[in-house]
Amino acid sequence: MARVVVDVMLKPEILDPQGQAVQRALPRLGFDGVLDVRQGKRFELELDGPADEAALARAREIAEKLLANTVIEEFTVAFDGASSPAAQSSAGTVASTAPAAG
Amino acid sequence: MSLRIGVITFPGTQDDQDALRAVALVGAEPVALWHRDPDLHQVDAVVLPGGFSYGDYLRAGAIARFSPVMESVIAGAREGLPVLGICNGFQVLCESHLLPGALIRNGGLLFVNRDEKLRVESATTQWTGDYTAGQEIVIPIKNGEGRYTADPRTLDELEAEGRIVVRYLDNPNGSARDIAGIANPAGNVVGLMPHPEHAVEELTGPYPGPATDGLPFFTSILKQLVAA
Amino acid sequence: MPAQNEKPKYSVDTVETAAGTPGVEQPYEALGVKPDEYARILEILGRRPTSSELAMYSVMWSEHCSYKSSKVHLKQFGDKAPEVDFLLVGPGENAGVVDVGGDLAVTFKIESHNHPSYVEPYQGAATGVGGIVRDILTMGARPIAVMDPLRFGAADAPDTHRVLPGVVRGIGGYGNSLGLPNIGGEVVFDSCYAGNPLVNALAVGVMKKSEIKLAQAHGPGNKVVLFGARTGGDGIGGASVLASATFDDGKPSKRPSVQVGDPFMEKVLIECCLEIFAEDLVVGIQDLGAAGLSCATTELAAAGTGGMDVQLDLAPLRDATLVPEEILMSESQERMMAVVTPAKVSRFFELCEKWDVTATVIGTVTDTGRLRMTWHGETIVDVDPKTLAHQGPVYQRPYHRPAWQDELQAAVPDSLSRPKTGEELRETVLRMLASPNLADKGWVIEQYDHRVRGNTVLAHGEDSGMLRLDAESNLGIALATDGNGRYTKLDPYTGAQLALAEAYRNVAATGAKPLAVTDCLNFGSPEDPEVMWQFAEATRGLADACLVLGTPVTGGNVSFYNQTNNVPIHPTPIVGVLGVIDDVNRRTRLAFADEGDILLLLGETRDEFGGSEWAHVVHGHLGGLPPKVDLERERLLAEILIAGSRDGMLSAAHDLSDGGLIQAVVESALRGGLGARVVLPEELDPFVALFSESAGRAVVAVPRSEELRFTDMCRFRGLPVARIGVVDGDAVEVQGQFSIPLDELRRAHTGTFPALFG
Repeated sequence: MARVVVDVMLKPEILDPQGQAVQRALPRLGFDGVLDVRQGKRFELELDGPADEAALARAREIAEKLLANTVIEEFTVAFDGASSPAAQSSAGTVASTAPAAG
Repeated sequence: MSLRIGVITFPGTQDDQDALRAVALVGAEPVALWHRDPDLHQVDAVVLPGGFSYGDYLRAGAIARFSPVMESVIAGAREGLPVLGICNGFQVLCESHLLPGALIRNGGLLFVNRDEKLRVESATTQWTGDYTAGQEIVIPIKNGEGRYTADPRTLDELEAEGRIVVRYLDNPNGSARDIAGIANPAGNVVGLMPHPEHAVEELTGPYPGPATDGLPFFTSILKQLVAA
Repeated sequence: MPAQNEKPKYSVDTVETAAGTPGVEQPYEALGVKPDEYARILEILGRRPTSSELAMYSVMWSEHCSYKSSKVHLKQFGDKAPEVDFLLVGPGENAGVVDVGGDLAVTFKIESHNHPSYVEPYQGAATGVGGIVRDILTMGARPIAVMDPLRFGAADAPDTHRVLPGVVRGIGGYGNSLGLPNIGGEVVFDSCYAGNPLVNALAVGVMKKSEIKLAQAHGPGNKVVLFGARTGGDGIGGASVLASATFDDGKPSKRPSVQVGDPFMEKVLIECCLEIFAEDLVVGIQDLGAAGLSCATTELAAAGTGGMDVQLDLAPLRDATLVPEEILMSESQERMMAVVTPAKVSRFFELCEKWDVTATVIGTVTDTGRLRMTWHGETIVDVDPKTLAHQGPVYQRPYHRPAWQDELQAAVPDSLSRPKTGEELRETVLRMLASPNLADKGWVIEQYDHRVRGNTVLAHGEDSGMLRLDAESNLGIALATDGNGRYTKLDPYTGAQLALAEAYRNVAATGAKPLAVTDCLNFGSPEDPEVMWQFAEATRGLADACLVLGTPVTGGNVSFYNQTNNVPIHPTPIVGVLGVIDDVNRRTRLAFADEGDILLLLGETRDEFGGSEWAHVVHGHLGGLPPKVDLERERLLAEILIAGSRDGMLSAAHDLSDGGLIQAVVESALRGGLGARVVLPEELDPFVALFSESAGRAVVAVPRSEELRFTDMCRFRGLPVARIGVVDGDAVEVQGQFSIPLDELRRAHTGTFPALFG
């Protein structure tokens, strides 16, 4: 069984009012020096089969098709608890493609 | 023979009844479509109404877009079938890539229900022929995820090609270029956040009026279909 | 993954075990069961209860579910009920039902979700909406609207900034997702509600008269179906029910005490139920609200043939580690229970499948007179359901008039310094208009959808919420809620009557005939004899007033224990009135409509400022007596307003209440975008004329051509009427005193909420 984590974030150029609201609230709670906050979504997928490159590829497909709206979001894919650079680098970020025409 | 306009109900859709009523008011035959329907029952046009399909889970419209009925809608739209997406319907159209860009959380972070002043920018789409370009109208908005966003190239393209259909006069949610509604290049697919189906009767429309500025969306398509 | 404490090994406490182990200590006090109540349970069962049975008794006999402190007083609503022919279902069912004509019945009810909203404002308010909507659905109706009377601590208090935005978002978040228009309610601030906000929720539904459903389990052999959301640990709290708790560290396992709602689940549940009703597939139906499964099974069983067998292990779970006691106490939302004949079960399941609603047969109706539950074959519950549902404790709580009541009533506001000059009056008007209770509530209202379903004729900002029921006949209903805690503290009997009078007047002002009442009684602790006196007086006042006005109480709710550190809230009986209108096109708005219309003041104005908004805002004063109540005058006023509306004599009507005449005139002017030139009656002191809160009054605008006909009607019927001005210009001008442009009024009125809540 493979546990894959997909992190979805708004693209940097998209205004994130939820993140901003969090950032504005922090000083009131006594936390200074927080320069920026951005809010995203984390998906934990349990896939059958081994935790290999094919599993990551499947997760990427799922992310691309459903979990992220690639018009406005980007995502990373990694095994749960993965700490090795090797596992991380193969996940990577899917660069945003040109937006689909109408 | 009267024209048939389908209105799709997804689980969580709410403004389907109002859309069906608007269709009936202008003399067309309202046809209720179910998200699992394998075809469109020979309707002449389709409305994707407002609501919270699938609870807006994941993203508004993200799950509805994969419904069986949407396969027919997407195929039909590519062949010229007129499709109107209202609010959640607009979100579904963007998720389906029938229209560019995306709708995200309102800039003020709150749900906003308000009678909104708009300007009709394009009277050449199949759903806005009964307006005149530049006409100012009042139509209610009610949404939490109504902020239209797209990359600058897309926005410029929409402007240049006259595909911005309606604009806010007093932007309530931070939508790019004050965009309230857009169309595809062929003009048969239109998506907008405001709810024309809530501005079709004096009794229940915006107060102070005008109360029925939404009717032309529905009369326009009738004229289109008759002429076709 | 949520952290979980060590769970002790669970062993089922069966009936057999219970019968054989009488001496076992049970944690009944931790569950809120008093020693005498426990003794009664032993007596009823002839043995000690199993831990599952104890769980059921603890929730069913709680104040919230059994009304043990309020029953003896609520009885008056039945005893003194006016004789009417339109009451189809009275108090005692999930909600009352009223015949509105045209073959249609309307069900409505108001409920509270106060304490959870203080703990978790969003979810507390959201699940409050969910709960009351299910009550309406359970009667066989399509829910068609909601309203929310709200009370918060002082507007500028830090905790109000925690609670109010969350509550409003929760109501909007849940109600909007259900596709139910929010058509009215109030937002009132007072420091007495600081630790105890009031979040009352009203829902209304419509069905054909022949389609009313009741919560009864009839017909031995019929199936008991649990459907909707899966059961989780919501609402259980930290108490353990286990008969013998052998915990390693002595701590009970953690369970969330806040219920979390899923409006999407409820929306599909509503649509699914309506299709089930349309095909007449259920014999009885009950929703799972407070006390969840315990309540649904016992109430269905107690009301029907008399018995039910349930296999509790068949209940679909969200959390597989739940033990029976927890399942029985769970308050997971969006669940319903239906009784279905065997022949109809498969079609029932087909419809659930269509809407993706989980459904499971978990039991069978019997004629044994016993409610029996098994857990994997072992019997864990065997009781007479009536002892749970109907034979709970009934308390005669002691009560006495507080020693300070006389002093409070003697502290009349007469000597408070009053504005005298035109300039001072002008300043007071603007100050009052901008005060939180009187300020524009657009910031709140815009978070609610009031348009969905396309039948909303009037909503927030008008005197009532009005809905079209039938597009052919234009039959409609109107609803209004009111309840003034300050008036009720000064004099609970009168305060409760004034709450009814105001809601009644509001409905009539829009042209609808008031028919019936629902109430939500929000009070402090019933164990406090002074609070209990307030409750006794308020219920007496409300029952007496309902009889005089001919509007029966059809159902409602009691919320006790609204207090912090032994300081109770102001006694706040919220009264909702339902009215009916033959033709919604004839409704009357409150906005001034045409220049030149004549303004008339109906009713009598006296120097009455006890509990008034002016005394509160300007002097922070609460004392004296509330305005006099004259129910016959209210009835007459209502008849005139309805006749005027029906016969097209009125272009606008607005009742007078908080803030008095000037508040009403300004509201009507701002909403219509038209000013007024007001000439106050000579015999009244200007301050009194403008700000007094005398009851039984309204201001109307009539076209010149109708003035004589209307005033003749008033005089003929004995209703005092005085011409006080004309609709004109773009300012509100009070002759000889001041003139304030509409723009300035609007800025004062609409600036407060955005400044407070951003």
